[in-house]
Amino acid sequence: MLRSRPQILTRVAWLLAMALGAQVCTGHEIDYEIFGQARLENRWYPENAAYPGQSDLASGIVLEPEFYFESVDGWSFTLIPFLRHDSADPDRSHTDLREAYFLLLGEIGDGEWELRLGVDRVFWGVVESNHLVDIINQTDLIEHPDEEVELGQLMAHATWSGNLGAAELFILPHHRERTFPGRKGRLRSSLVVDDDHPSYESSAKEWHMDFALRYSQNFGPFDIGVSFFDGTSRDPLLRPQISEQRDGELVLVPHYEQIRQFGIDAQLTTDEWLFKLEAIHRADSQNLRYVEEDYAAFVIGAEYTFYSILGTAADFGVLGEWCYDERGKDATNIFDDDLLIGIRVAFNDIQNTEIFSSLLKDRDYSTSAFVIEFSRRISDQWSANLELFSLFNVEKKDTQFDPIRRDSFLEFRLNYNF
Amino acid sequence: MTGAHPRLRSVLRLAVLYLILSTFYGVPVYSESLTPEEIGLKIARDTQARDQDFGNLTAQQTMILRNKQGQESQRQLRVKILEVPEDGDKSLFVFDNPRDVQGTALLIHGHKDTSDDQWLYLPALKRVKRISSSNQSGSFMGSEFAYEDMSSPEVEKFTYRYLRDEPCGDLTCTVMERYPVNRKSSYSRQVIWQDKDALRAQKIEYYDRKNAHLKTLTLTDYKLYLDRYWRASQMTMVNHLTGKSTVITWTDYQFQTDLDDRDFTKTGLRRIR
Repeated sequence: MLRSRPQILTRVAWLLAMALGAQVCTGHEIDYEIFGQARLENRWYPENAAYPGQSDLASGIVLEPEFYFESVDGWSFTLIPFLRHDSADPDRSHTDLREAYFLLLGEIGDGEWELRLGVDRVFWGVVESNHLVDIINQTDLIEHPDEEVELGQLMAHATWSGNLGAAELFILPHHRERTFPGRKGRLRSSLVVDDDHPSYESSAKEWHMDFALRYSQNFGPFDIGVSFFDGTSRDPLLRPQISEQRDGELVLVPHYEQIRQFGIDAQLTTDEWLFKLEAIHRADSQNLRYVEEDYAAFVIGAEYTFYSILGTAADFGVLGEWCYDERGKDATNIFDDDLLIGIRVAFNDIQNTEIFSSLLKDRDYSTSAFVIEFSRRISDQWSANLELFSLFNVEKKDTQFDPIRRDSFLEFRLNYNF
Repeated sequence: MTGAHPRLRSVLRLAVLYLILSTFYGVPVYSESLTPEEIGLKIARDTQARDQDFGNLTAQQTMILRNKQGQESQRQLRVKILEVPEDGDKSLFVFDNPRDVQGTALLIHGHKDTSDDQWLYLPALKRVKRISSSNQSGSFMGSEFAYEDMSSPEVEKFTYRYLRDEPCGDLTCTVMERYPVNRKSSYSRQVIWQDKDALRAQKIEYYDRKNAHLKTLTLTDYKLYLDRYWRASQMTMVNHLTGKSTVITWTDYQFQTDLDDRDFTKTGLRRIR
């Protein structure tokens, strides 16, 4: 039952799209464009699985087309469905409506206003390691453990921008649950997360009306944003519970609290240096010991780029970030006190060859996570990525990494862009 | 000439000599009291003055990248430029091809005295990233054009020295050197040929920091827009060190459209198609 409501949203969006399609076919009032990406993926886990039923190999096929309609009257509609089939984990085979929104805009004085209605994705922030400030969308965690992929979010999003910067208001009437690997999926906790039966602090459950505000501006080399969020947390507390629906099995049940969060993100851009800051203060959330604890957390970072190294066209960047959460080992995420160092090489060649590599090291535990990603264009329409995600020196006491200690992987993606 | 005052006669002789010399040796018609540096600066100012008040423009660019073996690859992008009278121009580049960068956009707020502000929009991540503008010497889209070759040639970005006049094709060109002010520039100097009819750049030679002749840009197929603004339809950059080349073809030029500041904002980047 709980899953049916997002499906209703999906149906509404499809109906809207069909209505638009009909208009496109009958008149010449609306221009449209179709593009997007289809890709094949292969993920290989070289170490034996920790839990029965898990595979060493996961093949996937992903389709993410984008339909864009633009009216002569000035409004537009964007539709991006997402479909994945995964050979190993039935839970990872999933669909989502990434975007389905109407965009209206107009002028006020020297400035302008913009209104987006529907499902959209919004990103806030500047750092690479931990997107602290970014809170509008839920993480599509089952896609990738790096938490970079996000689910579509239903919203009314109003923006006013002018010489004094940009002010934004978000009204978020519906909450999305985080996606988790199923029983057969790798990168899962020792207890399976029962994401079919989440619990909510609010009696309105996932239909609590959340809202957010953001103001951003740039002053010369500074880009600054401040934000406020009041509503249902995107980060679930995972509480062990006996599941009646699963014959008395012990599972982790996601619990979504009502929280308030202030955020600030800033970047100083100089010739070779980038300096970055993200900081939050969150109130009314529980820590890893299920005790309510207001807290502050931040990420500070710097990146230095050597341009045109060794007389070639390539740029070589070095970056470092420090993530800190004042709750320490009671923090509900992995970034309690961690250092990330990384390198970025952009070859600036015809194939747009790029390498990004980073090492994340916990300062309390010996646990380290190493990532290296290589990407290259093959032709106008084809491109490929190769990625190694590796965990090592995982400590038994490190309860957030220990369950996935055997889940280092190598992934190859072949993308067709149309 | 008989009966004329001897002094006047010598002046006339000098004038005739000057005319003959200027025809054969390209002696400048600029005032003799100006130094070559002053003449160069004057030409640069005149060039900019001719192009002033274009307001804004939109155009399409096709880039053909060729390597030494003759293998080709293509880039397609849309360009929007807004003239900012007291500062550097604002420009927006939106990529259509190759398809993996489709929808990626680069916004530049140019400045005359300080570094430009640059933002990159990555549609797959829905992320607007502020990037450093000190990648001056970096390649634009893997082509033989560096970022600094693509930016608008504000007068203040160089110092100048007039060299000579000489024939260029059917036209006569003034030839001058210009020296980048920005220490991040990969060039020690550029030599630019501009025709005397309309001060259109016909050829630019780029010399690297070791003063080796690195690249040559040839501008052809000039077309006149709004009876005033000349734009080359084809720009060919040849890299003499690598043997690679890039040809940019400009089409669909439109001047003085309804673009304004609002089309060149950070928040507007999120709407780019």
